[in-house]
Amino acid sequence: MTLALTIFTIVSVSLGAIFFLAGTVGLLRFPDTLTRLHALTKADNLGLGLVVLGLLPQVDWPLGALKLIAVWLLALLAGATVSQVLGAAVRPQPGTPYLRTAPGEEPAP
Amino acid sequence: MNLALAADGFLALLILGLAIWTIAAHATYGAVVGFVAYGLLVALVWVRLSAVDVALTEAALGTGLTGMLLLGAAARLPREVVAPRSGRGLRLLFQMAVGVLCAGIAAGLAAIVLLLPEPTPTLAPQVAANLPTTGLGNPVTGVLLGFRAIDTLLEAVVLVLALIGLWSLAPDDAWGGRPAALRPRQPGSALVLLAQLLPPLGILVGIHLFWTGANHPGGAFQGGAVLAAMWVITLVAGLTKPPRVDQRWLRIVLVVGPALFLVIGLVGIWLAGAFLAYPEGYAKPLILVIEAALTLSIAAALGLLLAGPPEPVEPLGGQP
Repeated sequence: MTLALTIFTIVSVSLGAIFFLAGTVGLLRFPDTLTRLHALTKADNLGLGLVVLGLLPQVDWPLGALKLIAVWLLALLAGATVSQVLGAAVRPQPGTPYLRTAPGEEPAP
Repeated sequence: MNLALAADGFLALLILGLAIWTIAAHATYGAVVGFVAYGLLVALVWVRLSAVDVALTEAALGTGLTGMLLLGAAARLPREVVAPRSGRGLRLLFQMAVGVLCAGIAAGLAAIVLLLPEPTPTLAPQVAANLPTTGLGNPVTGVLLGFRAIDTLLEAVVLVLALIGLWSLAPDDAWGGRPAALRPRQPGSALVLLAQLLPPLGILVGIHLFWTGANHPGGAFQGGAVLAAMWVITLVAGLTKPPRVDQRWLRIVLVVGPALFLVIGLVGIWLAGAFLAYPEGYAKPLILVIEAALTLSIAAALGLLLAGPPEPVEPLGGQP
């Protein structure tokens, strides 16, 4: 039983780490702010969620587990809010095509 | 290869790299974001050094609050500052002088750390031996409010002085107005939702940090910073208005912590034989009372520091 839980932890945390890696690559490679936000939320939501899920069998129940879940929920809330605020800040005026890029970069196709 | 050592080494390299990036960053906003990330990593280092109290303070005050102040400053600066061509040599000289001075401080600190006698002089055993007299379980709180209470008293007073300094930047006709640095332009519905969901939880966490500080990492400054953050979120989202700076209740809240601290310290002269000494057996309840009042005052002072100096009173019925 312990072995199964350990394996579950390793698999889940590794999957979470992969999402963090993918999110970071996306953050570096994607062309504009909105797509970068998309990449970032994958790391925040799924990556952190899988890491927390994997750690749940390793902490004492219920206090440690509830704290971990609370951390994940708070990160979700913060991530969602920041994405909305940033997205609204870079949203183009109605009628103009979305072409915002960081300075020194090729415009998005 | 020790895994923990590898992780610590990676963390140290990351902090050094981020520090260099922050200094070298051209955009002000980018530099501020780098500074905030840097502060969070430094908080991780404090956790690795088992100094959780310092980590909490670094994360709440050194990173959260300072980062917010810097963001506000960056927003007020012009977006692209083009340095004038004239005086470039002078500026380079100035930058080099700053660099040399910083390197000197770093070298001095390194020399002090490397030249420490073996074993390193420490007061930790004395603190551990005398901690039971305070009734506290957290040695950091014992030092801050028991053995070196004068430092904490002065820190609390400095906060009020800082706020007076900030308020005195206001023009004459603004006196009695509301601080307006955090006035929301168009808060999105997401921000408003966050400002409605987070404060109940954050207020609980802030009070918990103050209460648990007696026996576990935490304390008045960390708890006060979290409470101030919750207040600031509601200000930024436009759910609450900052109070007028000439209101009596606001002034009382601001000084109640330091004033109570001072009064209990003075009473200690009669009852315990020294300024800021606690009568035997009453140390823990007195410390908790002081910390409760300090948490309130610190939260108000930090929030108002972020809210900026008062601005001219709006004309009746008019929106700015």
